Amino acid sequence: MSETQEKVIKGGGFLVEDIAAEDMLTPEDFTSEHKMIAKTTEEYVKGEVWPVLDNLENHEFDKSVDLLKKAGELGLLGADVPEEYGGLGLDKVSSSLITEKMSLAGGFSITHGAHVGIGSLPIVFFGNKEQKEKYLPVLATGEKLAAYALTEPGSGSDALGASTTAKLNEAGTHYVLNGEKQWITNSAFADVFVVYAKVDGDKFTAFIVEREFPGVSTGPEEKKMGIKSSSTRTLVLEDAEVPVENVLGEIGRGHIIAFNILNVGRYKLAIGGVGGAKRAIEVATKYANERKQFNTPISSFRMIQEKLANMAARTYANESSVYRTVGLFEQRMGGLSQEELNDGSEVAKSIAEYAIECSMNKYMATELLDYAADEAVQIHGGYGFMQEYEVERMYRDSRINRIFEGTNEINRMLVPGTFMKKAMKGQLPLLEKATALQEELMTMMPEPVGDETLEQERYLLKNAKKIGLLAAGIAAQKFQDKLEQEQELLANIADMAGEIYNMEAAILRTEKAINKDGEEKHKQKVLYTQVYVQEAFNSIEADAKETLVASDSGDSLRMMLGALRKLTRHDPTNVVEKKREIAKTLIEEEKYTV
Amino acid sequence: MNIYVLMKKTFDTEEKIQISDGKIETDGAEFIINPYDEYAIEEAIKVRDEHGGEVTVVTIGDEESESQLRTALAMGADKAVLINTEDDVEEGDQVTTTKILEAYFEDKEVDLILAGNVAIDEASGQVGPRLAAKLDIPYVTTITSLEIDGDTVKIDKDVEGDVEKVETSLPLLVTCQQGLNEPRYPSLPGIMKAKKKPLEELEIDDLDLDEDDVEASTETVEVFLPPEKEAGKVLEGETDEQVKELVSLLKTEAKVL
Repeated sequence: MSETQEKVIKGGGFLVEDIAAEDMLTPEDFTSEHKMIAKTTEEYVKGEVWPVLDNLENHEFDKSVDLLKKAGELGLLGADVPEEYGGLGLDKVSSSLITEKMSLAGGFSITHGAHVGIGSLPIVFFGNKEQKEKYLPVLATGEKLAAYALTEPGSGSDALGASTTAKLNEAGTHYVLNGEKQWITNSAFADVFVVYAKVDGDKFTAFIVEREFPGVSTGPEEKKMGIKSSSTRTLVLEDAEVPVENVLGEIGRGHIIAFNILNVGRYKLAIGGVGGAKRAIEVATKYANERKQFNTPISSFRMIQEKLANMAARTYANESSVYRTVGLFEQRMGGLSQEELNDGSEVAKSIAEYAIECSMNKYMATELLDYAADEAVQIHGGYGFMQEYEVERMYRDSRINRIFEGTNEINRMLVPGTFMKKAMKGQLPLLEKATALQEELMTMMPEPVGDETLEQERYLLKNAKKIGLLAAGIAAQKFQDKLEQEQELLANIADMAGEIYNMEAAILRTEKAINKDGEEKHKQKVLYTQVYVQEAFNSIEADAKETLVASDSGDSLRMMLGALRKLTRHDPTNVVEKKREIAKTLIEEEKYTV
Repeated sequence: MNIYVLMKKTFDTEEKIQISDGKIETDGAEFIINPYDEYAIEEAIKVRDEHGGEVTVVTIGDEESESQLRTALAMGADKAVLINTEDDVEEGDQVTTTKILEAYFEDKEVDLILAGNVAIDEASGQVGPRLAAKLDIPYVTTITSLEIDGDTVKIDKDVEGDVEKVETSLPLLVTCQQGLNEPRYPSLPGIMKAKKKPLEELEIDDLDLDEDDVEASTETVEVFLPPEKEAGKVLEGETDEQVKELVSLLKTEAKVL
């Protein structure tokens, strides 16, 4: 391992290690190229996608194909494809900004995401040279379009339980695939599908399947609640003949590809969630300023202001944490040689290291999106229920995000599970930290907290990390290897971890901005951070208490609850007042603003 | 062909403009390429792609104008020139701008200069024609179509909604009107290439000018926002009475008659 890599933060490391603000990537660090790329994407969505969005909602998918080709001309399909294979080989910040701005395109963002993400990336990461040369240049331009086929009627979250089979033909030239893949995005027009099937009934393997291969067809278009602008069908494989050279990766190693692609899918959904929440704030604020009741714009009502402020503070924390994760990928990839970067599997490994962060971002940001879309509808009142208004579609489109790329429940299970695995393997000193903490708590005295900006927030963060460790440590001690049965507690631990990661990201981002150009310019950031940290801390306290009570009893429990009280003692922030201030700026600017 | 574009950065009109101390608040304001200049850049790129040559985008501004110049380069311009007047010019006007540009173009071989019809901030529309006069070349304003054949140039000019057909010759200066073309957005490969394209930075000193040479001929007395739009009035009653009332309101209230 090279020296630079050793300095790089470990996946899940945020819980046991503090980092300096300067070491975290924030949106304020974006370069002028990054901003231009974001702007081009936004102009593309507003200029090309919005005018035909109604057509897309009516399943006129020839328009989707045209739009993807146009996106290809602008380079919006090639960000993650290496230059060697006809792409642009941009950094992950660039491709993330494309994803964020693309979220303005409603269901079309799913079309785009499925093509560039789960459709193309398996080949980028795990294709051999011939496969990359054959497929990537045409995928990067949009000449060919991609889809990803993992889910089956009987296997959703249990992806490895797939029943699609692959059998080598007698001549040894082709695998013959049989089975059905369900809910395949882009299936109306995709030319290339990455399909998973079990060779000889047990070796889970990925294949590159072309629509034109014999035995490949798609079912009728599904009728969905939302993201109607994207095509979703069943992929039917009836003695489908796939040449042996189209095996992707190794036979029996398909799960490696599947899990890596899920990580990517998750952080990209999180970024899309942040983009969508920003849009919801903008639309809701504009409406609240226009709509008058009792001769007053409803934006002057404090309950409406509170909603806007809640949406924005949560958006700020999630925006900070998703780009924090992107920064982690970048730091790790910074240690890779050009050769390793071109190899792809090393890039996938850099992302997989942060599987915990990807999962947390996924459930935190998709739930932010749902919350923001829901409140945007509420602010619109009865009009929000009418299809003429954008928020109606936003509300329906949002819902799927909590379900695909691993339900938020599965992702919540993964977070404590991965923490435990890393602790057992000695990759993270969680057990040592938990033991040391229990000793510390015996003698701990509450600390005085000063009134410097962010001092209270830093104090709450420090204690939140301890509370998380305490609760998770007691649960692990009590239930040991049976902890995985205690799903409610695992969910509590996942929630605490997600809140801690977001709190810290918000604090460090604000701190970094203040260090750079003073507090005066970043008042809104300070307000968001104060509100978010206080509310996150409250929910961490509740989660910890519930977890302790469910894990322990008697004197021992009383002692732990006493420790929790010590850790939660603080003078709470007046969030009502802060939110009014936040809302004032939002209402003036009529959009999410930092 | 040597093609030049005159570009100005302006406030993003989608943003809220705020005024404090009689000036537009620049802190935190977003800047964009003046939309009419985007037509000029687009047309310049098209002319170059058809006839060959090189597109140079010239702007007068400050350090931050580099961002708009990079955007122009990302759209496809070949070179950019920033004449940075941050330290030398406090209050400039169209005369200032023309003086500086005249000095800049003094030693340049020019075939075609394109500018926006107006800048959306001050909307004087003067810089183009003034510069053409100084350089002693013909100019056509508010063009909506441009065809070049050898030295002959055929132009459609927008005249308050009507079209005037003009035939003229190179070298030439034109100012571009909406409808001339549909400006492209910079593609991602364009953005990446723009990083490596030449961007020359000059100060007025490099053009043998000093502050007195570029003094403004006008003075800004006051800056204010347009009045907020108020709710309309619906007149009622018989048509005759409504007309009478309308006329009287136009006289007494709106004071336009």
